[in-house]
Amino acid sequence: MYKYDSYDQAMVDARVDEFRDQARRRLDGSLTEDEFKPLRLMNGLYLQLHAYMLRVAIPYGTLNSVQMTALANIADKYDRGYGHFTTRQNLQYNWIKLEDAADILADLAKVEMHAIQTSGNCIRNISSDHFAGAAHDELVDPRPYAELLRQWSSFHPEFTYLPRKFKIAVIAAEKDRAAMRLHDIGIQIVEKDGEIGAAFYVGGGMGRTPMIAPLIRDFVPLDQLITYAEACLRVYNRYGRRDNKYKARIKILVHELGKEEYKRQVEEEFAHMLEQGVEPPREELERIKPFFADPAFEDGAKSVDRSDPDFALWVDRNTHRHKHDSYVSAVISLKPVGGIPGDATGDQMRLMADLAKQYSFDELRIMHTQNVVLPHVKIADLHALWTALDAAGLGAPNMDSIEDMIACPGLDYCALANARSIPLAQRISERFDASGKTGKLGELKLKISGCINACGHHHAGHIGILGVDRKGVENYQLSLGGSEAEDVSLAKITGPGFTEDGVIEAVETVTDVYLAKREGEERFLDTYRRIGMAPFKEALYD
Amino acid sequence: MTDLGTSPDEVQFRFRDDEPADHGTVTVDACCDQTNATAVRIEPGDDARALLPFLDRLAMVEVNFPTFGDGRGYSSARILREAGYTGELRAVGDVGIDQLSHMRRCGFDAFAPDKPLNVADAERAFATWDNVYQRTTDGRKTIQELRHE
Amino acid sequence: MKVLTGNDLKTGDVIWWTGSSWSRHVDDAADAGETADEVLATEEAARRVNVPYVIEATREADGSVRPAHIKDRVRALGPTVRPDLTLKPKDPEALDWII
Repeated sequence: MYKYDSYDQAMVDARVDEFRDQARRRLDGSLTEDEFKPLRLMNGLYLQLHAYMLRVAIPYGTLNSVQMTALANIADKYDRGYGHFTTRQNLQYNWIKLEDAADILADLAKVEMHAIQTSGNCIRNISSDHFAGAAHDELVDPRPYAELLRQWSSFHPEFTYLPRKFKIAVIAAEKDRAAMRLHDIGIQIVEKDGEIGAAFYVGGGMGRTPMIAPLIRDFVPLDQLITYAEACLRVYNRYGRRDNKYKARIKILVHELGKEEYKRQVEEEFAHMLEQGVEPPREELERIKPFFADPAFEDGAKSVDRSDPDFALWVDRNTHRHKHDSYVSAVISLKPVGGIPGDATGDQMRLMADLAKQYSFDELRIMHTQNVVLPHVKIADLHALWTALDAAGLGAPNMDSIEDMIACPGLDYCALANARSIPLAQRISERFDASGKTGKLGELKLKISGCINACGHHHAGHIGILGVDRKGVENYQLSLGGSEAEDVSLAKITGPGFTEDGVIEAVETVTDVYLAKREGEERFLDTYRRIGMAPFKEALYD
Repeated sequence: MTDLGTSPDEVQFRFRDDEPADHGTVTVDACCDQTNATAVRIEPGDDARALLPFLDRLAMVEVNFPTFGDGRGYSSARILREAGYTGELRAVGDVGIDQLSHMRRCGFDAFAPDKPLNVADAERAFATWDNVYQRTTDGRKTIQELRHE
Repeated sequence: MKVLTGNDLKTGDVIWWTGSSWSRHVDDAADAGETADEVLATEEAARRVNVPYVIEATREADGSVRPAHIKDRVRALGPTVRPDLTLKPKDPEALDWII
């Protein structure tokens, strides 16, 4: 894992002081709320429905046990004993006081963490593959490149007041586990003629106008990675729309200019930038790489004793193939039946930290699906790990099933929401668990957003649900056929919306259609793609 | 012709030794049409690169920030410095304490905020970062360069 | 009736204008009537409330105050999915009031 040096630490410490001063100026009236808001947002501090909310960055979703423990302690000391893991691999606290915020940032800084640029119209936390450095199918570990981008994007003097927020994801496998093409910039580390470089996809995103990022450059040499990103951002900063908040994301610029024209402008700026020497020295990447070197893997058992069916089910569902054949990556589900997706108590966070220390070389990952990963678990240790997780309510065997849904905080917490998301998630998981249908459905990605901003990724759900406000009453639109993975696609709306009860019935109905129509090993998404919307529509509305 | 620029009296912070001249400041369009203007004002939508043929005769460029959230002026400033402009680069308009350090790094060396700023707060803001991650034209070595010296 | 609400600047708590000060309990809310804009301006300038706004609400027969929009009812009580963290953790029927 990356370790701060004195420079990194000084940056974060200076930011704490700067924010303490900004909060002081707000509390003494030197700053109005209008002036303070963008400053607090750039430190991840929102004003939500019930209190301030603080979003803590977890760069590329990687953290160690000391950091996870610190997150738990903050939840207990300053919040109400829990936190919420988000679809951008971050953690949110829901009940923060402005007068405590600088102290929390200081506590975070002590463990090399921060809330820098977790909101605001700037470059946000860099996200990545949650199995990075562990997956059997990756070209290289993408995190050194993500770390290079993290440093470059932190306090970038030119790109702090962009037209709108800016999200970057970096992956290095053909399989996309980070929704890469639904980011403002998606970077895939690729190999060409024996050389490693980066493919740039620019202009993806969800929100009210979902778009899949087109490929802008299939190969950027690694010693020009930052320069190319800088060129992409400068074109956006200069020409992205600022007249309409809803058209200000880079996806609109790329769409309106056309991919070719955007690319032409970027290439022109890139040629200019190459002369400016903005690229960090190549030695920096070589300095960063060893932080992500493999831990000392040992040979051991390559299979588990499957005599306990509950354990065997968990192994089948919640582990992922590792590059070392005596290890797996183990997914800790934060989707207990009837629970709140992504929420974890301080005690649960401390337990996960302890288990990471004991079984996973002190490493944890946050998934964009709001779960936690122990990336390097010996197959021989799986039973002990599962036993400990199960006892703490963290052993739900439901990864990538309908019960593993993404849900945004929705109207229970969020000032932007139009409808509640969490109660739907709870009721659907209870219902499908009780009927035993979850297992029959296999991989089925359900994603629920409480408003059009799409934090719950509903556009990318095999089944998506969008909460809307219909004359003051919660109403839900159903959509089908989305995917955030390498087979990326945007879901289509089925038709008129439903009540809360109605949309739960509708989910039941579309899964029935799938079970009746599926051929062979088809997933829900495959069946939908083969048979189209009509049979689902017919079952829903006729 | 009317001078649409700020006057030297309005400049609250200046990091230059030369005497600030009182210029007749013109728009970017006017600057491109008329060959004797020595001061120009860039609005957010203007293309700073339109000025590149005239940099030799410009002594002062002011970049207007009608609202601090419109960050186009940061790119304008860097583009001019990258092209070798050495004259005064003045940030004007809705310029607050919390924008100063980034503006300075993008090449601004004079500041004429609409609302005068608290001097102590501003001095602290200018000194916020001992070191920086990004290479700009401010001449500072980046953290990455310092690491590998 | 017109009710004023916002958040406490320091704590972020949801607060309601009682006619003379701010309360965490929506039932303490007073009808601000014609004075709404004036009170908001004064109170915000004095930093006794942050991001205040006016909402429509009704005073029920039992004297309680019910905001017209579900969002403000969620704000008034707390998250429906965590009854233990609402202002009425011991009242199982409180959540029905929101919907």
